[in-house]
Amino acid sequence: MVDASLTHARVLRIEASKGWVPLKVRELWEYRELIYFLTWGNVKIRYKQTILGAAWAIIQPFLTMLVFSLFFGRLAKVPSDNIPYPIFAFAALVPWTFFSNSLRLASNSLIGSAHLITKVYFPRLAIPIATVLSGVVDFAIAFVMLVIMMLYYGITPGDRIVWLPLFFLLALVSSLGTSLWLSALSVEYRDVQHVMPFVLQFWLFATPIAYSSSMLSEPWRTLYGLNPMVGVVEGFRWALLGTQTAPGPIIIISSFAAASSLISGAFYFRRMERTFADMV
Amino acid sequence: MNDIAIRVVDLAKQYRIGRKQECYKTLGETLSQSFTVPLRKLRSAFRHSNGHRDARIWALRDLSVEVKRGEVLGIIGRNGAGKSTLLKILSRITEPTRGYADVHGSVSSLLEVGIGFHGELSGRENIYLNGAILGMRRNEIARNFDEIVAFAEIDKFIDTPVKRYSSGMYLRLAFAVAAHLQSEILIVDEVLAVGDAQFQKKCIGKMNEIRSGGRTILFVSHNLAAIQSLCSRALWMQDGRAIDDGEPGAVVADYLKTATMFVGNKVWDDPGEAPGGDEVRLRSIRLIPEADTSVDRMNTGTPLVIEVQYWNLKPDTQLNLGIAVYNQEEICVFSSHSASEHTWQRKPLPCGLFRTECHIPGNMLNYGGYRVSLLVIKDSATVVHRENDALVFQIQDNVEDRNGWYGKWTGVIRPKLYWSTELLAPLNSRDEVRDVVDVYSF
Repeated sequence: MVDASLTHARVLRIEASKGWVPLKVRELWEYRELIYFLTWGNVKIRYKQTILGAAWAIIQPFLTMLVFSLFFGRLAKVPSDNIPYPIFAFAALVPWTFFSNSLRLASNSLIGSAHLITKVYFPRLAIPIATVLSGVVDFAIAFVMLVIMMLYYGITPGDRIVWLPLFFLLALVSSLGTSLWLSALSVEYRDVQHVMPFVLQFWLFATPIAYSSSMLSEPWRTLYGLNPMVGVVEGFRWALLGTQTAPGPIIIISSFAAASSLISGAFYFRRMERTFADMV
Repeated sequence: MNDIAIRVVDLAKQYRIGRKQECYKTLGETLSQSFTVPLRKLRSAFRHSNGHRDARIWALRDLSVEVKRGEVLGIIGRNGAGKSTLLKILSRITEPTRGYADVHGSVSSLLEVGIGFHGELSGRENIYLNGAILGMRRNEIARNFDEIVAFAEIDKFIDTPVKRYSSGMYLRLAFAVAAHLQSEILIVDEVLAVGDAQFQKKCIGKMNEIRSGGRTILFVSHNLAAIQSLCSRALWMQDGRAIDDGEPGAVVADYLKTATMFVGNKVWDDPGEAPGGDEVRLRSIRLIPEADTSVDRMNTGTPLVIEVQYWNLKPDTQLNLGIAVYNQEEICVFSSHSASEHTWQRKPLPCGLFRTECHIPGNMLNYGGYRVSLLVIKDSATVVHRENDALVFQIQDNVEDRNGWYGKWTGVIRPKLYWSTELLAPLNSRDEVRDVVDVYSF
C-alpha cells in the first residue's frame, strides 16, 4: 500500500520560523487543486444562498452606473471623453466591482475560514487567492452585460481589444496584492473589517470611475497611476471604448504598483502566517 | 535503514492567553475603555517586547518522543495536558516555540471530521471539497468516490445538500472521506467522541484496517478502552510533558491510578495510632483482586476481595462490619454487612485480631472510580467506627466483553446476564415471510 522507497527520501522538519520566510510558490502550485475547489466552493455557496443568484453580479455595477449617470452624467455634466456617460461609467465599474468585492471578501476570508486554519494544514495563501479568483466568475457575468451595452450604444472596439486580457491581469494582480495585505492584517487587527467600507468608498472616488483621468494635468495624471486601479480603469476604457486618452504611462506606473503590492503582500502574508492558527 | 516515522526533540509551545482580563463591566467603563484599550493596544503594538502583562502558558514543555514506522501511538492525559497542541504542531497547523520535529513521510491529520463541509453543498460536492482540503488529489478522490459513498451509506442522498442530512449521515460521510486518505502517517484527534455506537464501530473497524496496512497512527482519545485495544503503545502526557510511555495497558493503569488518588490498602502498624476506639482498632484494609491481575489493572470482570483486619479489645462483643460502595457520581452502588457471615454469625467475639473478608464477584461493578466506606457496628445497632474513604479504586473496562463496540456502557452496575434465544417457527420461503407481514400489517 505504501511505497517504502519513496518515504525515506522525504523528511519534513517542523520548527519555529523567524522573520521573513520564503513564499513556497512550488508548494502552492502543488495545492492548485485545493485552490480550484475552494474557488468553486465559494462561487457555489455564494449563489446558492441568494434568491437572485448570479444576477447580483450584474445588478451591483448596473445600479451604481444608473446612480452615477444621473448625478455625475446628467446633473453635474462631468465630461466623459466624448463617450455616452452610462457606458463610460459601466466599463470602469465592471473591473472596479471585481476589485472592491475581492477586497471586501478577502479581508474577511481568513477569519471566515478559522475552522479550516485551526484544523488542517495547507498553504494559507490558498484562502485569499481562492476568494479573489471566485470573483472572476462575477466579473465574467458583468462583462457580458458590458458587451450588451456596447452593442446598444453601437460601440465596436478596434484592434486595441487584444490588450484587454492584460488589463484584466492588472486588475487581478492589484486585487490579489491588496487582498493579501488586508487578509493578513485583519487576523491581528479586527478593526480592518470595520474600516473596509470607508476604504472602499474612498478608493472608489480616488479612481477615475465617475470621471476621467484626463481631467488632471501632467505629471499628476501619470502619478495618479500609483493607484493601480487607475491603470485598470483607463486601460479598460482605452481598449473597449476607443477613448483617445493615451494611458500608456499610467498603465506602466500602475503595473509597477500592482506588482509591488502583490510581492510585498505575499511576503507579509507569509510572515504573519505562523500566528494565524493561534489568533483567528 | 530508517524505521522512525516521527522524531520529536525538545518540542515546546508557548501560548499567550492575555487580553482576557480586559472584560468590560459597566457602561462607563465600557465607554472609557473603548478609548483607552485601542490606545493601549497601539502602544503595546509599537513596544512589541513589552508583553509582561500577557499571561503566557507553556502547552508543551520540551517534549521528546520517537514514533516508529507502523506504530499506533495512543496519547492520553487530562484536558490541557498538551495532547492537542502536539498534534497541531505535527500537523503543521501551528508552529512550535522551541525545539523541532522531523516527520518522515506524508502526513494526514484528522483533528475533526468534516472540515470545510458546507451545508448548502451536496454530498458529492462536499466529498470533493473536503477531500481537497485534506490533501487528496482530484483523481484520487474520483477513484475512491464509489467506495466513499458506499462506506458512508448515503448513495441515495449523494446529490442532496448535506444540511438535510441526519447527524449520523453527516458524520458517516465526513469520516468516509477521511478514511480514504492514503498518507503514511495519520494523526487522529478524538474522532470517537462523536457519533453513535454504529459510527464508532465503523471508525474502529477502519482504524484497525489502516493499522494492519502498516501505517503509523497517532491517536488522541479519552476512550481508554479504545486506546488499549487499538494502540501498540501509549503516551501519557501531563502539563506538556511525557509522564509515561509504553505498553498501553500499563500506561492506562498508571494514568487511572493518579487520576483517582488510588487507595488500594491501608495498614496501621501501631495499634495505638490506628483508627477506632476503646473497643475496636483497625489494623488494615486491603483490596485484593481474586484473579491473576494486579490491583491497578482490575477490570469489570475481576472478582474482588475487601479484607479488613482489626483488633477486638472488649470481650464478648457482637461485631459486624459493613461496607458501602459509592461510584464517581456518589451514588451508593450497594451496601452489605457481615451479619450473613457463617462462622461467627450472631456470636460474641473474644478479644483478639480478626480478619473479615467480603467477596465482590466479577461482572458486577461497571467501569469507573469507586470509593468504599467501612462501618464497624456493635450489637447490630451502634456504629463504633466509620472509615469514609477506606478504599478508593478504579475498575477498568473489560475490553473482551465489548464485542467490537466502544461506546459508553451505561448503567450503575454491569452484570453478565444469562441470555437465550431460540427459533420458534422457521419461515421457509418468501411466501411465508410475506404471509406474516400481511397478517400483521392489517
